[in-house]
Formats: sequence, structure tokens, C-alpha cells
Amino acid sequence: MRELTYLEAVREAMSQEMRQNEDVFILGEDIGVYGGAFGVTRGMIEEFGPERIRNTPISEAAISGTAVGAALTGMRPILELQFSDFITIAMDNMVNQAAKIRYMYGGKGKVPMVLRTPAGSGTGAAAQHSQSLEAWMTHIPGLKVVQPSTAYDAKGLLKAAIDDDNPVIFYEHKLCYKTKSDVPEESYSIPLGKADVKREGKDATIVATAIMVHRSLEAAAELEKEGISVEVIDPRTLVPLDTETIIESVKKTSRLVVVHEAVKRGGFGGEIASVIAESEAFDYLDAPIKRLGGKAVPIPYNPELEKAAIPGVDDIINAVKETVNRL
Amino acid sequence: MAEKKSLIFDPVETLHSIEEKFEMVQVLNEEGEIVNEEADPKLSDEDLQELMSRMVYTRILDQRSISLNRQGRLGFYAPTAGQEASQLASHFALKKEDFILPGYRDVPQLIWHGWPLHQAFLFSRGHFMGNQMPEGLNILPPQIIIGAQYIQAAGVALGMQKRKKEAVAITYTGDGGSSQGDFYEGINFAGSFRSPAIFIVQNNQYAISTPRELQTSAKTIAQKAVAAGIPGVLVDGMDPLAVYAVTRDARERAIKGEGPTLIETLCYRYGPHTMAGDDPTRYRTSDIDSEWEKKDPLVRFRKYLEAKGLWSEEKENEVIERAKDEIKAAIKKADSAPKQTVTNMLEIMYEEVPFNVKEQLEIYKAKESK
Repeated sequence: MRELTYLEAVREAMSQEMRQNEDVFILGEDIGVYGGAFGVTRGMIEEFGPERIRNTPISEAAISGTAVGAALTGMRPILELQFSDFITIAMDNMVNQAAKIRYMYGGKGKVPMVLRTPAGSGTGAAAQHSQSLEAWMTHIPGLKVVQPSTAYDAKGLLKAAIDDDNPVIFYEHKLCYKTKSDVPEESYSIPLGKADVKREGKDATIVATAIMVHRSLEAAAELEKEGISVEVIDPRTLVPLDTETIIESVKKTSRLVVVHEAVKRGGFGGEIASVIAESEAFDYLDAPIKRLGGKAVPIPYNPELEKAAIPGVDDIINAVKETVNRL
Repeated sequence: MAEKKSLIFDPVETLHSIEEKFEMVQVLNEEGEIVNEEADPKLSDEDLQELMSRMVYTRILDQRSISLNRQGRLGFYAPTAGQEASQLASHFALKKEDFILPGYRDVPQLIWHGWPLHQAFLFSRGHFMGNQMPEGLNILPPQIIIGAQYIQAAGVALGMQKRKKEAVAITYTGDGGSSQGDFYEGINFAGSFRSPAIFIVQNNQYAISTPRELQTSAKTIAQKAVAAGIPGVLVDGMDPLAVYAVTRDARERAIKGEGPTLIETLCYRYGPHTMAGDDPTRYRTSDIDSEWEKKDPLVRFRKYLEAKGLWSEEKENEVIERAKDEIKAAIKKADSAPKQTVTNMLEIMYEEVPFNVKEQLEIYKAKESK
């Protein structure tokens, strides 16, 4: 099969949908001839024209608010927020408007929109352009939250997100953009709410998201050399969360390490740990659950400190060893 | 000391000259006389009577809603008296295919666009069936977040533009709403894409208690259109003919592809901000009230129509009786709506109930069937 980068997979998912459905259009800053801050929409304005690749004023409230308005007329907007940090400016439209419209309209309103946005650190973009704020959005009933880690997942999940009649927040990790995987040429959909076991194992379960899936797989390969067999699960969507796959895995391995880049305090890892604590898997645990997350600091500009602010492969290896009591 | 250098460009003078240009458009003065023949929209006799009927009806609806609220039979309510010309005459310039994005005080426009009255009452009570809009009715329920409807209107207009519809998106906020970032982003965005939108600011002088002077140093709100590069109009919001005329013109421009217009309607709300405990005597005097009562839209329109032989006490009483009967029937219909349950709430949140919400749903279904 053909390989694509994550970035190309996102672009292909959008292009294929746009060829099929005139109602799908993209709006965002610098997404026209410039191709977007990370180049995701490069070449698209040439194919689809400026009406469907709407290069907008720098106006995140208006981008998100007009997406809500356009969705209410039956359009299916995809909006690109240049950096996920800017969701602070789009917050009213996502939290008070998009998430609640269907509910407040007695179930008769529809807001089929996707907010795509690059998140995470690792590009030297410093404190206001590097955050992982996905846990905020998972707290809001009415939204769905997707966080793919591979090119294959990105393409299939984005199609599902565009097809969904609810507002979906789609987090793309900047460091994932260049990662490659086999991606079918034809259009396909991965249902929202289905976790993926990225590696099977029997001694411990790691639940990781976005770039931390890749770090966890590296850690698992290292640990295998020492005879520790690790299962790596990528939930892929945080809302709805595939609790079943996680619970079944923990019942099998009896150990759980949760890893995300977002600040540990108040991060989504707490939700995953709680799901296990409340489930039948709790009785199977042979060690306390371990959570790894970013330090409670703004992401530093200095590249060494930037790395130190979030979990690395060594941190994951150590955490797994602790839970299997092999330190 | 250095001598003061004369500037080639005088920013202060420029500002003043722009501000002076925003004169208030008036067609019908307080005495009910046409003062601007040229701007008179020359509505047919039937249209004039229909607009008057709607204004009288809406004044009665306002009075009844206030008393129903006091009796505990209605919930959230924002009084409308004083704003009938601003609301209903602007709406009168619309067509059915136009899309209304209202603020919370703009229930009357929604009703005249086709929102069944009993549903407006259910909305007031927070019943989920209130906002289940009938098919083909192009309205959103009243927006509660100040100014949020402005950017959504830009989006609705964008959708209409894409689908090449001959229709406009019209949205309403107040003088307070014009201080929000959403206000600027909405008019700027729609201007940038020449989208078919009409942005109305009903300047009723107070944002809850905060007077208009505190909202902005700008002499008019209409002039803010200049910054977005779109036309702005200041209109006497107590004058139904002037409000109708400027809205009709804005609609025509929008349909022709000339982009959005900002309209400031100078008006006044006689009542409190909402029925949730606001006491206007804390922030305005009865002098101001009576000053504005002299400008009342119903009074001047009645005088005008009576002089033309188009209105009488008998006609007015007919409308009042009809309004009272219909309100009574609508309240009865609202009373007969089924009681809401927790499962209703869980079922309407997503298009398809996700599996994890289903678990909660089953729990409540079991409880409710007991």
C-alpha cells in the first residue's frame, strides 16, 4: 500500500469529501495560496477556489461563529484554527453556541462542523503556540473530541468527523504531521469512539494520545528487550471514549500507565484513571495506576527545557517498570 | 518651545466631519406628520394597517407577558414596549426566506416571522419543545450571549451566498452588544466577503443599567460601520416608516451583492431589562421616561393613520381583543405540553445518542418508568 504523511492524509480526507459534497468548505487564516500555517491546505485553493477555501480575516471568534452560522444553513464547514492555543478566542462559539445549539433547539438544530487545529509542543513555538488543551473540550456535553496519532487514523477519523452531524474538535499534533503510515487511496471512515490497540502485550497497558502514542511504542520496543510485554492503546477519540477496550486491556495486564502531553493536573489522564477505578478492572489491578503528563508550567522556548516539560521515552519506560515492580 | 506644526491630515477634524454625517433618518415625526417625503416608503394602505395592527398586538403581548410572568406562568421575559417600530418595521421589510438571528428581546420579530406563540411561551418556560422550529421557518431562537448572533449572522449569510439564495440574514443586538468583540468581527467578516447581512443595533439607551454614553466614545453606533467599510445608517427607531425604509434599502443592497449594512435604531425600552429583578428606577429618572414616551411609535403612527382615515378606536379594539384571545389560547396550548424528563434532555444532545450517553439514558428510563 502507498504511504502518506499524516499531513497529506488530513488534506486527502478533506479533498475527497469536498469533491463529493459541495456543502463542505474550509475557512481559516492563511489557508489560501499560503496553504495554512503548516501547509495542510496547500494546493487546495487551486483545485476548489476561494469560495470553498475561504481565507479569512484574523478573527478566530468570527471564524468559529460563522462556521456555526453556516452549519445552521446546512453547510458542513471545516474550520482551521492556526494553533490550538487560539481556541481561547473561539471558546464562546464552541462551548456556549456549537455545543448547545442542538440541545437548546429541542433536538431540532444541527451544527455539522469540524474544528481542525494543530496542537502540542516540539516545534519551538513557545508558551502561547504549544499547548495541549483538549481536556477543556472533553468537559463540554454536545461536543466530540478526536485526537489521531497516525496518518491512517487521521484520514478515517476526519471523514467520520465531517460526516458527523455534531460539532467535532479535531486535534492534529504538529509532530505527527510528518509521520507516515500506509493509507488507502479510497475514502474510508473510522467510527468515532473506537480505540485502537497499537501494540499487543500482557504485562502492562499504556493508554496514550497523539505524539505520546509514538513515544509509548518506542518505550514498548525497549521494554520488550528486557522481557516486559506492553500493550499500547490509543483511544483516538476522547469523546466518546471507548472505555471497553481500555477496561478489557487492564483486566488482562493488571497494570495501567496513562500518558499524555497535556499538563498532568486536570488532564484527560485523570478521566481514564477514574474509568478504571470505577470499573470491574479495578479488582484486577496489581499496582497503583500511573499518570504521566506535562509539567504544570508554560511550554518553554528553550528546546532542552521544552523537551523536559513533557514526558519522554525514558519517563514512560521508568513508569512501566515501576508498575511492574522491576526498577 | 517648538512651534506647533500644522498637520496635513487632521485626525480630529476628520473624525468630527465623519460623525456629523451620521444624521438621524426620520420620516414621521412625533406628531405623526411626514417630514421627509423623499424617504417615505409609500406603503399601501393595507400594509400601513397591517404594520399598525402588529405594533398594537405586540404592545398587548408585552403587557400580558409581564403579568403572566408575575403570576409565575411565564419564565424568562425581556419587555419590548417602546421598541415596536424598531423591531416590527424592520421585520416588515423582510421576506419569508430571510433568516433572523435575534437577541433575547426580539421575540416579536420571530412571532411575526411564523414562530407559533405557544412555542414562544414554552421557550420562556425553558421547555425543549419551544425551540423546535417548524420546518421552513428561518429563525434562530433568541440568543442569550450578548453579540454572539452577530458572527453567526455573518455565517448564515455566507451559507446563503454559497447557495446563491435571494435572501438575507438579519440580526439584532443592543447598544451594549456593540461593545463586544463579536460585533466588530461579525460586521468586518461579512463586509470582507460582501455577504448578504443586515446588522441592527437597537440602541435603547441602556445595557441593563449602563448608559449608552459609557459604551463608547463614538457619537453614534452607526458610524462604526465606517471602520468595517460597510454602509451605516442612524435611524429614528420610534418611527416605523423610517425604520422600514432603511431596512428595505439595506436588504436591496444585500440582494444585489453589495454586502452588509449596519443600522442603528434610536429607541427606548419602557420596561425593565428583564423580569428577573431589574428595577430601572435605580439608573434612570421618570423625566427620561416621559421624554421618550412623547416619541412613542404607536402614538405617532396612530395619529398618522387616523389622519389618513385608515385607523380608528374600533379597529384598535378589534386588534386588542384578537391579541388577548390568541394569547389566552396559546398559554393554554403551552400548558398542555408534556412534562419534560431527564431522558428528553439526554436524547436531544447529540444527533445520535452516543453509547456512553446511552448508559445514563437507560438509568433514567428505568427511574422514570417507575
